Amino acid sequence: MSAVATEPVVRVEDLCLHLATGEPVVDGVTFSVAPGEIVGLVGESGSGKTTTALSLLGYTRPGVVIKGGTVEVGGESILGRDGRTLRGLRGKTVSYVPQDPGGALNPSMRVGDAILDVLRAHRAGGGRDPVRSALERVELGSDPRFAGRYPHQLSGGQQQRVTIAMACVCDPPVAVLDEPTTGLDVLTQDRILAELRRLRDEDGMAMVYVTHDLAVVSQMADRIVVMYAGRIVENGPAAEVIERPRHPYTRALVEAIPDVKNPRALRGIAGVSVGVGEWPGGCAFAPRCPHQEARCHETVPVIEEAVPGHQVRCMRWMELDLQAGDRSNGRAPGPAVEPAPLLEVSGLEARYRSSRSATPAVDAVSFAVERGRCVALVGESGSGKTTIGRCLAGLHVPSAGTISFDGVPIAGAARKRPLEVRRRIQIVFQNPYQSLNPRQRVRSSIIRPLRVLRRLSRAEAEKEVGELLERVKLPTRLGNRFPVELSGGERQRVAIARALAARPDLLICDEVTSALDVSVQAAVLELLQELQRELRLSMLFITHNLGVVACIADTVLVMDRGTLCETGTVAEVLASPSHDYTRRLLAAAPCLPDGVL
Amino acid sequence: MRERFRFLRTTSGAIGAGIVLFVVLVAIFGPYLAPHDPTAPVGIPLSGSSSHAWLGTDFLGRDVLSRVLYGGRSVIGYAAAATLLAYLVGMAIGLTAGYARSLVDPVLMRSVDVMLAFPPLLFLLVLIAGAGTSIAVLIIGVAAIQAPAISRIVRTATLEVSTRGYVEAGIARGERAYAVIGREVLPNIMAPLLVDAGLRFTYSILIIASVNFLGLGLQPPNSDWALMISENRTYIQLNPWSVLVPAAMIGLLTIGINLTGDAIARSLGRSYVPRTTRSVVS
Amino acid sequence: MSPVLAFLGRRLLGAFVALFVASIVIFAALNILPGDPASVILGRNATPQAEAVLTKRMQLDRPATTRYADWLGGFVHGDLGVSAVSLAQGQHDTVWEQISGPLKNSAILAAIAAFFMIPLSIGLGVIGPIYAGKPVDHAISVLSLGAIALPEFVTGSLLIGVFFVALDWLPPVAIVPPGGNPLDNPSQLVLPVLTLLFASLAAGVRMVRAGMTEVLQTEYVQTARLNGVAERRVLSRYALRNALAPSVQVLAQNLQWLIGGIIITESVFAYPGIGTTLVNAVQNRDVTVVQSVAMLIAVVYVVLNLLADLVVMLLVPKLREPV
Repeated sequence: MSAVATEPVVRVEDLCLHLATGEPVVDGVTFSVAPGEIVGLVGESGSGKTTTALSLLGYTRPGVVIKGGTVEVGGESILGRDGRTLRGLRGKTVSYVPQDPGGALNPSMRVGDAILDVLRAHRAGGGRDPVRSALERVELGSDPRFAGRYPHQLSGGQQQRVTIAMACVCDPPVAVLDEPTTGLDVLTQDRILAELRRLRDEDGMAMVYVTHDLAVVSQMADRIVVMYAGRIVENGPAAEVIERPRHPYTRALVEAIPDVKNPRALRGIAGVSVGVGEWPGGCAFAPRCPHQEARCHETVPVIEEAVPGHQVRCMRWMELDLQAGDRSNGRAPGPAVEPAPLLEVSGLEARYRSSRSATPAVDAVSFAVERGRCVALVGESGSGKTTIGRCLAGLHVPSAGTISFDGVPIAGAARKRPLEVRRRIQIVFQNPYQSLNPRQRVRSSIIRPLRVLRRLSRAEAEKEVGELLERVKLPTRLGNRFPVELSGGERQRVAIARALAARPDLLICDEVTSALDVSVQAAVLELLQELQRELRLSMLFITHNLGVVACIADTVLVMDRGTLCETGTVAEVLASPSHDYTRRLLAAAPCLPDGVL
Repeated sequence: MRERFRFLRTTSGAIGAGIVLFVVLVAIFGPYLAPHDPTAPVGIPLSGSSSHAWLGTDFLGRDVLSRVLYGGRSVIGYAAAATLLAYLVGMAIGLTAGYARSLVDPVLMRSVDVMLAFPPLLFLLVLIAGAGTSIAVLIIGVAAIQAPAISRIVRTATLEVSTRGYVEAGIARGERAYAVIGREVLPNIMAPLLVDAGLRFTYSILIIASVNFLGLGLQPPNSDWALMISENRTYIQLNPWSVLVPAAMIGLLTIGINLTGDAIARSLGRSYVPRTTRSVVS
Repeated sequence: MSPVLAFLGRRLLGAFVALFVASIVIFAALNILPGDPASVILGRNATPQAEAVLTKRMQLDRPATTRYADWLGGFVHGDLGVSAVSLAQGQHDTVWEQISGPLKNSAILAAIAAFFMIPLSIGLGVIGPIYAGKPVDHAISVLSLGAIALPEFVTGSLLIGVFFVALDWLPPVAIVPPGGNPLDNPSQLVLPVLTLLFASLAAGVRMVRAGMTEVLQTEYVQTARLNGVAERRVLSRYALRNALAPSVQVLAQNLQWLIGGIIITESVFAYPGIGTTLVNAVQNRDVTVVQSVAMLIAVVYVVLNLLADLVVMLLVPKLREPV
């Protein structure tokens, strides 16, 4: 990609955005995008990446104010323009692809008309059937009646292609994509990413691709811009930023990615991410940085050029060598297998009363979990993996099959199981924001299982709360707080503490990290691995992310639309999958370039 | 906890709450401040304000001010009783339907739908035609009108909360239904209920007042605000106070509750509007 | 079968079931409660002979189920029964004779009120969120929240106070001779219509407003704006169009409130409509009149609901799919 001499299609200089109440949201952001270049704007929640990207369209969320800086897109200045001009630029000079395609399409409008609206707004589009050609560009043109469909009649992938078609139809030089594949299945995501690359190659469209997923961005972007706490901390060619990061945060992010091709113990970043209004003095990352020094806390580092085209905002970049993570990060081998498995599932079948389809959600599934092993249950949405977890936890009564715990068959409903069984099987849920009762203090949520399942007295229970919080690496004073005061990662740890309170033998983790930032996910997974080893827990880990499976599980079960299509040890299945579906999943899993880790 | 009273900081919330407080205080303590017996004539009928009767006299010569001071208790009291009864029944139905979700839910909700298909005032009139004008009929009738809508709201809120992790954690622990509902579900559905409660109470007051106005509720010589309006309105030219003051009391109450309800709803992040009680897709 | 027809079929079935249950409730409330019906109807004029005569005339000695079947059967064929009070007085006025005139009068009143209410509700409800924060929005908000959320009898009395007592512009009662046409003297309709309007507008505007506000905050409205679609089109085709569906349900509910409001409003202005008839019948314990009028009103209510559901279905494409 020759970046010389051509005018950048996006030029952002010293962009500063504040909340109406004064706290800075984005500070001193400077970057540019060359024609036909894909720039990955990467960061976790609170980094300001979405706010920055939306300002390219001249849009700020209510309550956010532009404090200063320039934004130029396609040669046109964006900031400070009036509504009418902006509307003319949006869609024609710079377009937008939203995160949730289902919600982004007008439910009462046919998709063809929606595309037509964008065309009409800019009086663009010639040719006989501009809608048809727009759909053909995103490979939806084969069915002539497609344009007459309503959004709810399309799949998630098709909906996203329609929004991409809307973004391309006026041939803008650059498009802003706000986490466009986050809500999609891995296989669909793979196809959409290929689609986007094709648009870049064939039509020369530049893109600003906002995401938190470094693995995805490493497959897409030519250049990566990493943001933390409203500032750019690193900006350089994609391959370089990933293989030879100059900023400790970037390095930590790369290390936190669970990579299917390079399974290793994951490591999170110490501390909690910084939200708006909580920026510390000096370098925002310093409190969490393993290489911090006194001077890092005193002044905010400036952006410096480490190598031509690769910038970094760190005072110590010259001294640090952040390459080549220590290979000793390999995984500890699993414990020896005991003869009698802890959990045995045989012929499990589960249905949902509301669904009228003939096929059950879970169909004739059989597997076993040995003591002290971590079994991963992998599949896409609708595969039935969550349903299996719920059946094991006693939240869903199977319509057929048996579940045996410690050799004894157990009832489907939790209420009907003996106390000991209820105590020894525990579950942690996906959504940390709904796992804890908002009306009760953290302490009370943890005490409940102590009292109900272990029959401890109030005094004994209170004492143990502190120990449990420490075990999940949370300060004991958090016990007195309400969930609303905790971050997502902290809440998830509390949920884990609550599960551990019962001293379980089997811990079911239902997509427990899917709603968390990458670095937080790594930290939680690190914790779970430690706990599993220390307490000799058996774990049933439900996830859709093969990378996570590679990093923490011993055995893997692959589910496809209710049936178990493959089982085996992680090493075997990932190295030589026998089922076609597994192969497709593996191929589609986003991973870092070879040789990075 | 403190957040519940945040609405008081908004102007509309503060004004609304103030108005409601004023009216309720008048209703409760009015009788102690009344200068005359509300049923005894104190002067020439429909005379204007005098030092003897500050707001003049009504069509039977009774002191308007005293009647106004006595006139709030009945309506507010009965409305409160009816609303409370409606909530007890509505919550029982709604919680069961939303939590049990099995066969119970559709059966209960179909019955509720049928009840909702009936014009409320009409139902009350029919009931009164059949059972006569008595306080019991009034209270039970109004409760019967409100309970279905309440049960719908409770059911929707319960359904939503029941799928959350902390409720399922309780179920997975094998706790009994009442324990889970009491600890985990109930405290977390209070927010939408609170918003709705103000509306329900207003509606109870209005419907009881309307029935009183029609002469089918409380009977003379009760000094009820709505009754006063109905009795004196043909003579409104002679002593406007006899109509306007009770009208103002009812009006202030309605406005006050609406303002407060809206402010509460906004502080809880919702709009103060009853969702349509039926949905097309059900 | 087309999903629309299937939906219609289901709704019709539901409507019939609802009406059936309503008829049982009405009949039960009036005829099964304690107290001898004849003595209740006669009230203070109840003597044993009068009761016996009335019982025979109304055939009250038959079992309740037979009487119910007779009444319902007759109703479905248009025979609404005979006024119990008139029977007690030795006459034979049918319910239909008594209510046909008032029914027409009420229909006129309701039609005029609805004619203004529907566009006003939608208009005022939609304008507020579009100009959110501006004075227009605040004004509408205050009005719908406070000033016009008063019960009909209060509004009506206040309006009389202003326009009759103070200004003497409009009459305080509606005088329509039996068989006459209320439109002959339109000035007497103004205050009743205004009263009805105020009460139902308040609720309607607030609900339409809430619907519109919600729609304006959706992702698809934002995406359309970010793609440069003209604001006017965004407001009409993206916002309004999707806010209409819930608005229609709201309006149907308002029309139902209109029914309750009519009863009160007619009393305030002594307007000879179905409301005053009903109230008088309740006061006189005229069981047959109350029965049939209540049933009639229930039918109107249910039909309005059905129509609203149909309109919503036409507006929301998703509902036209088989479930």
